[in-house]
Amino acid sequence: MALCVQDVAVARGGVPVLSGVSFTVAPRTALILRGPNGAGKTTLLRTIAGLQPPLSGRIDGAEETIAYAGHADGLKAMLSVTENLTFWAQVFGQTDIDAALAAYQLAPLADRLAGTLSAGQKRRLGLARLMVTGRPIWVLDEPTVSLDAEAVAMFAGAVTAHMATGGMALIATHIDLGLNAETFDITPYRAHPDQRSGASDEAFL
Amino acid sequence: MIALLRRDLMLAFRAGGGFGLGLAFFLIVTVLVPFSVGPQSDLLSTIAPGVLWLGALLACLLSLDRLLALDFEDGTLDLLATAPLPLEAALSIKALSHWLTTGLPLVIAAPVLGLMLNLAPAGFTWVIASLALGTPALSVIGTFGAALTVGIKRGGLLMSLLVLPLYVPTLIFGAEAARRGAIGLDGSTPLILLAGISLGTIALMPFASAAVLRMTLR
Repeated sequence: MALCVQDVAVARGGVPVLSGVSFTVAPRTALILRGPNGAGKTTLLRTIAGLQPPLSGRIDGAEETIAYAGHADGLKAMLSVTENLTFWAQVFGQTDIDAALAAYQLAPLADRLAGTLSAGQKRRLGLARLMVTGRPIWVLDEPTVSLDAEAVAMFAGAVTAHMATGGMALIATHIDLGLNAETFDITPYRAHPDQRSGASDEAFL
Repeated sequence: MIALLRRDLMLAFRAGGGFGLGLAFFLIVTVLVPFSVGPQSDLLSTIAPGVLWLGALLACLLSLDRLLALDFEDGTLDLLATAPLPLEAALSIKALSHWLTTGLPLVIAAPVLGLMLNLAPAGFTWVIASLALGTPALSVIGTFGAALTVGIKRGGLLMSLLVLPLYVPTLIFGAEAARRGAIGLDGSTPLILLAGISLGTIALMPFASAAVLRMTLR
């Protein structure tokens, strides 16, 4: 089973931003998405995660297999680190959160309220959430924002461990993660803004 | 599903969770009405069922703003939409937890506040029954309104305007059942219609809410 994206076009706010994107992420591999700001990385990732439909093209292998992490971490400030993680584990039908706590060195913070964590610690908690989903494909949108070098290494380690167990990762980032992964530059796939297709009635469909 | 319900209830009871917001508003409205109407106990007992219903409805409306907006801001809704739980179920649970933290306390507080409004003794059962049957509809319809306006910053006003007309049937039948009960008539016909509205909205509204939420999340 692999994530297979074929000739996909995506739109943001009714304006096509990417077209003709095709790539495959095989088990035990990761793919790094690159492109300048506004190129459509987030839109492409949200489409793959199923949060919005593609304008055209096919996305195979994305049904109930994706753990998505966007710019926001989905954490509740008034819940502790453990409570936040346990909640997401239960939503995905999992029980074990210890491995995730250990991988991001969150155990010393386990009883702190998420609202009192620093930005980098929140981000680590948000990334630890991926490990409790039990899903094979991680779709990550700029996962290293506000992480220090040590935490980036933790993240790279977690992704490597995930790949070793047959997982896949699709990561949009601007920095070098030190991962053994292929890079996919989306800049050549930028759509012409005049190719408006059904933009006006999109909101009603 | 249980996890989501437990989390929502836990959040509601923690600092800044908003539990008691609706209840406090309900209390303020019903306590102030006797002062503004004046010391006419006949008039008070005539309008008591209507005031209790109106207070409950506005208290529900007040707390709808936070129902989905907080989860939208911190990204929880995006993640829930990609979770194995269907969005329809997640929104039903959201509505249930809204009812448990807002509607149910109103039902429990209503008889106490009824005393202050000089509600006729025969009316108490009817007020409680109509509120208990009607407030679930308010929560479910409110979830729909919240889903519709969740992407809009400070969408509270728009949501109130959208939700109020949908609340009207519930208010009419609920207040009518309570009014008839209070003057000693049989209020079972409006009560049954009210129950019908509640059951219908509970069954159908989550699908509408999930559909509009999928659109607003795009």
